[in-house]
Amino acid sequence: MSQRVLVLLGTKKGAFILEGDEARKSFALRGPYCEAWPLNHVIADPADGTIYATGGNEWFGPAVWKSTDKGETWTHSSEGLKYAEGEEPIKTGWSLSPGQDELYVGVEPAGLFKSCDGGVTFEHIHGLRDHPSREHWMPGGGGLNLHTIVRHPNDKEQLWVGMSSVGVFHTGDGGKSWVPRNKGTRMDYMPEGMSKYPEYGQCVHSIAMAAGMPDRLYQQNHCGMYRSDDGGLTWSSIEAGLPSTFGFPSAAHPRDADTLYLIPLNGDILGRFVPDGKAAVWRTRDGGETWQDLRAGLPQKDAFFGVLRQAMATDNLPQTGLYFGTSTGSVYVSGDEGETWFEAAKHLPTITSVETLVVE
Amino acid sequence: MAGVGHNSAAKRQDVVGEARAVSVLVLLPTALRRLFPEAPGRLELVAADVRGVIDELDRRWPGMRDRLTDSTPKIRRHLNVFVGEDRARLDTKLTEGCRVTIMTAMSGG
Repeated sequence: MSQRVLVLLGTKKGAFILEGDEARKSFALRGPYCEAWPLNHVIADPADGTIYATGGNEWFGPAVWKSTDKGETWTHSSEGLKYAEGEEPIKTGWSLSPGQDELYVGVEPAGLFKSCDGGVTFEHIHGLRDHPSREHWMPGGGGLNLHTIVRHPNDKEQLWVGMSSVGVFHTGDGGKSWVPRNKGTRMDYMPEGMSKYPEYGQCVHSIAMAAGMPDRLYQQNHCGMYRSDDGGLTWSSIEAGLPSTFGFPSAAHPRDADTLYLIPLNGDILGRFVPDGKAAVWRTRDGGETWQDLRAGLPQKDAFFGVLRQAMATDNLPQTGLYFGTSTGSVYVSGDEGETWFEAAKHLPTITSVETLVVE
Repeated sequence: MAGVGHNSAAKRQDVVGEARAVSVLVLLPTALRRLFPEAPGRLELVAADVRGVIDELDRRWPGMRDRLTDSTPKIRRHLNVFVGEDRARLDTKLTEGCRVTIMTAMSGG
């Protein structure tokens, strides 16, 4: 039976789905879904195809949306998705991680929730916000949010989260206790005389786990690109050869632990565009030792867009597909591991997240 | 000010805690009703204050409380609730036959 690829798009104005066949040469667009709410993440549980979306509406607050029919109909809930009375209320949902009988939700202000009933009710994982460092947590440009959740594929008790601008934290006991894991990642913007390598406070932008190597993590940071081979205990710079130390998304190859994709931008103060108005995805095939720019089919003149932290993804077809969405509402697709690209959609709202689901 | 009218439901008066529960007319905004398709644009219910109205709305359409209030708890920042012509808070008391209007603010981009 032929396979279909669903490209799940979170945007500032709802969820959209691009649907195409396994050739990935053309896609049909449907949406907007979720009442055109601002969404930060739309993702599917590959085990059963359920699609989840999270974000927050200015009028009605945060919620997790759910579709069990590939996006045709949606329900929403936020029962239990709240902090205690008197605390700053949750503004929006930022990140989702379905699977292994649990759905994790990262929110702003930074915190982590879990649903054990498929997104109907949620419980706060107190351990993270009980960490003694919390009174010192500072927001990044996008707010104080928990934007990245990485799960250990073989150990349900282990999670890594990325918070801006707090850094990477890890739990080995299912969320009861957490420790910062930022050793080796720097903060270039710290005032003179203060350490650029503190225990926490780094502005992590995204984390990607290498295929089949749970101890290998890649990190795009506000200040550099890093690799860890010990589960985040220590990080080493792998930014040499890249056009910039700044960017948001990182996407690991689904089968090759040494292959990673990035989209460096022109820095944090000049628009956060692709450098020189020319779009490129950068690929390493040796764990970050060397990098190649992939440009065929991408705009090479007057391209002034960025790509946000959750807006790049791969698929799991035999020849890996890559996908990214821009701040200007375009979606670019490669069906050949990044060698060639085409614009599969345009004129969408600002794209905040891209994920894929391959179905029969 | 529009009122509920003097039908039998409107005359119902109960006591909830210290405050007297009265029958009121509630108007719901379109954007909220799209999230709860079974909810009508206007309905009558019995409550003592705005918090009681929202409790009753949530009982009828589970989840509606979270859409209207945050965990402070307060009415959400970009929503307005009017009792008659006056902007209300959760603890605003209601009078027999008054109109409770829930409005979305003219915000956003």
